[in-house]
Amino acid sequence: MSIMEYNGGSVIAMVGKGCVAIGSDLRLGNQALTVATNFEKVFPVTDRIYLGMSGLATDVVTLREQFRFRVNMYTIKEERDIEPEAFAHLVSSTLYERRFGPYFIEPVMAGLWKTQKGEHKPYIAAADLIGCLNFAKDFVVAGTASEKLFGVAEGLWEPDLEPEDLFETISQTLLNGVDRDAFSGWGAIIHVITPDKVITRTLKGRMD
Amino acid sequence: MASASVYNPVGFDFSNQVRNQFLQEKGLPLPKATSTGTTIVGCLFKDGIVLGADTRATEGPIVADKNCEKIHYITDSIRCCGAGTAADTEFTTALISSNMELHALSTGRKPRVVTAMTMLKQMLFRYQGHVGAALVLGGVDATGPHLFTIHPHGSTDKLPYVTMGSGSLAAMAVFESAWKPNMTREEALDLVRDAIFAGIFNDLGSGSNVDACVITASHTEMLRNFVKPNERVEKEQRYKFRRGTTAWKKESIKDLIVSEEITPIGGQVEAMDVS
Amino acid sequence: MSSLNDVAGPQQRQFNPYTENGGTILAIAGTDFSVIAGDTRQSEGYNIQTRYAPKVFRLTDRAVLAVNGFAADGNMFVKKVKQRLEWYRHAHAKDMPLHAIARLIQTMLYARRFFPYYVYNILGGIEDDGSGAVYSFDPVGSYERETCRAAGAAQSLVQPFLDNQIYFKNQQPAPGTSFPAHLPLPIVLKLVIDSFTGATERHIEVGDGLEMYVVLAKGRDLSGLEGIVGLQELSTKSDGERIFVIRRELKKD
Repeated sequence: MSIMEYNGGSVIAMVGKGCVAIGSDLRLGNQALTVATNFEKVFPVTDRIYLGMSGLATDVVTLREQFRFRVNMYTIKEERDIEPEAFAHLVSSTLYERRFGPYFIEPVMAGLWKTQKGEHKPYIAAADLIGCLNFAKDFVVAGTASEKLFGVAEGLWEPDLEPEDLFETISQTLLNGVDRDAFSGWGAIIHVITPDKVITRTLKGRMD
Repeated sequence: MASASVYNPVGFDFSNQVRNQFLQEKGLPLPKATSTGTTIVGCLFKDGIVLGADTRATEGPIVADKNCEKIHYITDSIRCCGAGTAADTEFTTALISSNMELHALSTGRKPRVVTAMTMLKQMLFRYQGHVGAALVLGGVDATGPHLFTIHPHGSTDKLPYVTMGSGSLAAMAVFESAWKPNMTREEALDLVRDAIFAGIFNDLGSGSNVDACVITASHTEMLRNFVKPNERVEKEQRYKFRRGTTAWKKESIKDLIVSEEITPIGGQVEAMDVS
Repeated sequence: MSSLNDVAGPQQRQFNPYTENGGTILAIAGTDFSVIAGDTRQSEGYNIQTRYAPKVFRLTDRAVLAVNGFAADGNMFVKKVKQRLEWYRHAHAKDMPLHAIARLIQTMLYARRFFPYYVYNILGGIEDDGSGAVYSFDPVGSYERETCRAAGAAQSLVQPFLDNQIYFKNQQPAPGTSFPAHLPLPIVLKLVIDSFTGATERHIEVGDGLEMYVVLAKGRDLSGLEGIVGLQELSTKSDGERIFVIRRELKKD
């Protein structure tokens, strides 16, 4: 068994039309034993950037605080919110710094960035545990159910989904993916980020 | 943050080593990072260098990224293709690119390919193969066109045509059968494309598109997605769901628009006298 | 340098008779038909051994077997099943019923309990009552009748997609409606094709070609197959169950 499977859990992010969505399951396990069913793995970074982390739960919590600190420092120094691309590189560098003693997490980022004209454009990215970034135009996944999520997302995703349609597609992908994974599931949470609001919904999923 | 100190040391941070070593001794193997199973090539022609790469990144048998960039920027007239551990190729080339820029600034000259090659091999040798980067370095400088391969342990080769990565044998077969000295730009680009094709179609670790980069003394041309021979066919059916398909228990909406409402109180206020 | 102590110890040799040859298979049962499909790539490590190695085989006019895993074992196993079916035909002057073939496969697999055929089998076809059926097996013969099943390298990519699209898992029907228990043939074929193109995108061992076998119940018309390019009939009689094969290209990278 790998350390990445010790606590279980999965994260996914998808691009829609002028919006993005990111979600995770809610399980926290101790190998095959489920310990908690309210362990969210997606956290707000700024109003329009969310970060999801799957992997070793202790590192998920440590890095959440670490990133909160670093983003706060950035905001104070720059006197503005961090943009998704800069944040992705912050995550990447933080992980690569520990190349030879890594944190056992795989981050997934979703956000909207503002163009010169003031439009909001979708941005998603994922990285491996040592910070190799993966920008995608469609979707990114991480965690113990990543193979399943890749398979379902490859079937269900289509371009230019409106926020409400994107919610259905990401929810169905996540729920059906984690239902075939013993280490993920026990409920799920989805955040849909649009230019003017963030919709957060706790899904009804299988609890077995 | 290894300590509460305000001083941030440079370089790698080994503070998780003790913990991770302990976990490893308990029989938990270290998880493997994304590797670029990769075909990367380089070839010399009449006026310079052509570099080529596929665009697939894998995690075991799963395709993690269908269109990643494996030709990295070093300087305006030097580029570097990376195979091996994806994060290592990404950060090593970025670091050397940075140092090359500083070097150029301090010498006031256009930097040379050998300089980049030496920096890369010295860094890789220092890490004794633990930085898993296998590179094809090419460029044109004051002394002419140069093409190198750099192995993860720091050894280098200087050859007129080179390949690396899991698709290196497939690509080299193409070079060995068709490479000739003093090719034109078009001939070289076609050869590089065919070499990458050989990797894409015959090596499972390589796939998707062909990236190419033509470097001559006067100009560098990055041909991102030069050929796209593997576009996904249209799906047979659409999979858009009816809204309301997914059952949910709880909803909270965070409004990001700051709306301001002014309620005048205490009747009509007289305008301020600004005369 | 090896010391004398190393030499004095017992010498061990090992030979691993198995390899994994990639690829994926899939079968879906309808009310009066079944579809059994597989890709045609055969690989070892990062090498493609061949772009056309069939994994799906016609056994009788009403039974199709898909085998995935170790290709050498798979081919041998199909050969032996076919031989047993021929013996049955000589003894009883009729084809073996599907449920009986399923039980035969179980006993044949379990007979090799301690040196198994390293293959996952999916048997599809038409049952005696005219219903479409799919039986899935593990390498040592445990089996089950199902409506749909994926196996092989991309099982984990395809199966959850099928759960969602065939069984409508995690979906709520629109108010006042309900989901069908079986899907019509055209939809099933579309789902099979999209499953394989999806798996080809994300799994390096899946690709090259796709073979879909369609078995129709006795007396069923050809509705759902009209207008399909490259449809080829394989049945021996026109008044019994009928078998067709549809071939498609998949990406070759």
